[in-house]
Amino acid sequence: MANWIPLWLHKLGSPPIFYRFAGLLRPWMLAFAVLLGAVALYGGLVLAPPDYQQSDAYRIIFIHVPSAWMSLFIYGVMAIASFIALVWRIKLAEVVAMESAPIGAAFTFITLVTGSLWGKPMWGTWWTWDARLTSELVLLFLYLGVIGLYHSFEDRRQGARAAAFLAIIGIINVPIVHFSVNWWNTLHQGSTIRILGPSKMSGDMLWPLLTMMAATKFYYLASLFGRARVDLLAMESGKDWVRKIAEDEAAP
Amino acid sequence: MTVTTLTAPLLLEARALSFYRQDEPVFGPLDFRLHAGEVALVEGDNGSGKTTLLRVLAGLLHVDEGELRWRGAPWQRDAYSGEILFLGHHLGLKSDLSARENLAAASGLYGTRDNSHPDGVLAQIGLAGYEDEPVRRLSAGQKKRAALARLLLLPATLWLLDEPYANLDRIGIELVNRLVEQHAARGGAALITSHGAVSFLSGEPKRIRLHA
Amino acid sequence: MSQPSLASACTAVLRRDLTLAWRRRGDIAMPVLYALIVTTLFPFALGPEDALLQRIAGGVVLVTVLLAMLLALDAMFRSDIEDGSLEQLVLAPQPLALMLGMKILAHWLGTALPLMVAAPLLAGMLHLPTAVMPVLLLALLLATPLLSLLGAVLVALTAGTRRSGMLLALMLLPLCVPVVIFAAGAVAAAQQGLPWLAPIAWLGAALALALVLAPLACAAALRIALDA
Repeated sequence: MANWIPLWLHKLGSPPIFYRFAGLLRPWMLAFAVLLGAVALYGGLVLAPPDYQQSDAYRIIFIHVPSAWMSLFIYGVMAIASFIALVWRIKLAEVVAMESAPIGAAFTFITLVTGSLWGKPMWGTWWTWDARLTSELVLLFLYLGVIGLYHSFEDRRQGARAAAFLAIIGIINVPIVHFSVNWWNTLHQGSTIRILGPSKMSGDMLWPLLTMMAATKFYYLASLFGRARVDLLAMESGKDWVRKIAEDEAAP
Repeated sequence: MTVTTLTAPLLLEARALSFYRQDEPVFGPLDFRLHAGEVALVEGDNGSGKTTLLRVLAGLLHVDEGELRWRGAPWQRDAYSGEILFLGHHLGLKSDLSARENLAAASGLYGTRDNSHPDGVLAQIGLAGYEDEPVRRLSAGQKKRAALARLLLLPATLWLLDEPYANLDRIGIELVNRLVEQHAARGGAALITSHGAVSFLSGEPKRIRLHA
Repeated sequence: MSQPSLASACTAVLRRDLTLAWRRRGDIAMPVLYALIVTTLFPFALGPEDALLQRIAGGVVLVTVLLAMLLALDAMFRSDIEDGSLEQLVLAPQPLALMLGMKILAHWLGTALPLMVAAPLLAGMLHLPTAVMPVLLLALLLATPLLSLLGAVLVALTAGTRRSGMLLALMLLPLCVPVVIFAAGAVAAAQQGLPWLAPIAWLGAALALALVLAPLACAAALRIALDA
């Protein structure tokens, strides 16, 4: 194993350094997220032409698809951070993994709600056992399991390690669930209408979608940094650097 | 038992060993050495980390800071696990099984010392006539004895005994002392926690003090 | 001094757990009774119409068996943690994964096997065609050890927590979705006269993988859970 990986991680993984680094970047991330989000919404809701089949109903994809993408992306980040946390026992990796989970769960929830809203005009029902929606629902349960396990331990760090282990089991499980649900769907001949099928998207629809994807990434980073900072302060409350921050805050 | 320490091989060595829970130090930094034939008494008030220290030494808890060496080499689970015997707060007895069945299960996992036999061991420990009684029906002191029987039956170099005197009567306490002395005389070592003043070991044991 | 052989260590663990299960025979009957009660409720809820019951029989039996196993899963390591036996097992000079594998085997023999014996009765109550019965049993034979193995890993993870029944269900659900899909899929396919070997083969492959990996994961999870 190359030695520079743990060394480099240890340096950035030092809580006070990360605290300062995240504090500096967070406002910028948030600003980017709001700005890009506003541009993407304007592009998607106003500039993009209506779809010839779904007219304006399709516009929910500008929320639905980026959220769905983020729900998987964040799970990946969480699993990688979990792996680092378990192998090198780096506190920051535990924090990143555990604070990513609620954000990822929120994106998964948004995906499910928007998917269900979209389903009403498309399929005439709020919920359908479509392969992708079902997989997304299972993903939500995976997130909730990780969050639940984390909070059921008295000792935070121990809870983080146990939940990190569960996150890694989960990421092995995600493709298996996807495969099995697909198989199940074909077996039972469900009502699978492919919404985003192979039909190509026009450019006026594509750019707001990509912009929104960037906006959600920045939002995730901003949110993660904020949560991680709070968590680090709580976890390291006995350490000198936290005391110094508290004293600086208290000083007028 | 201090006579042998000069020539006896070094078994366990702790260098600046500390343990943290939620970033609060539980004990340490702690330095000590334990040679073959030595008995060490871990002393400290309630909450000073005696049990935690024993669990760290048993390998149940991860060493946060400092170093632990076994027979001169850095601590390794596989090299170590065959040589220790841990007796914790929880006795590790199945209450639905008899003392004999409990011992059989333990020796299946840990092996058996030469010339020792479950029934002989139980008689030695003062449980003759109770071999087939479910542990659930034994008194607290008898349960403790049933757990201590493992010390006589199973092979091990280092004994980690957490509060072995609790729940025992005067005869039981003397029994534990005798077991520990015999073990030390055979070239074994033991770490014993106790919150009371224990001065009934013949000879002067090594003392490891923990501060809350 | 005699180091015990691996085989004798395995037998010791297996014998101890089976003896314990036998001493508490009443507990073995509980999951079976539970499965029986749940299965009895279905005709009351849906009506005693043969065709309908026949259609849902396979799925109902599978889900019922799964829930009954979930009920018993929580106890897999609970008493061992409370009385300190688990510490003794972890510290023993034996490969922990293999010892845990023996415990899982004992647990499967104590909970899933009685359920499998009861399964034809449950399926019969819901009028599952006799021809499909072997497929159901085959599916159960592969699915129940899979659930025991997956469940053991999760139980090990929750070993350091307070009581955790609901959490365990939440954690197990995503893992057992594929198991339920393939097991019930095989039964449904057999019922429709379609080839059912493919889903059974998938279950078999998953079981082979879990047999190797789950005890290792279980050992790792247990070390994390005890590290407090």
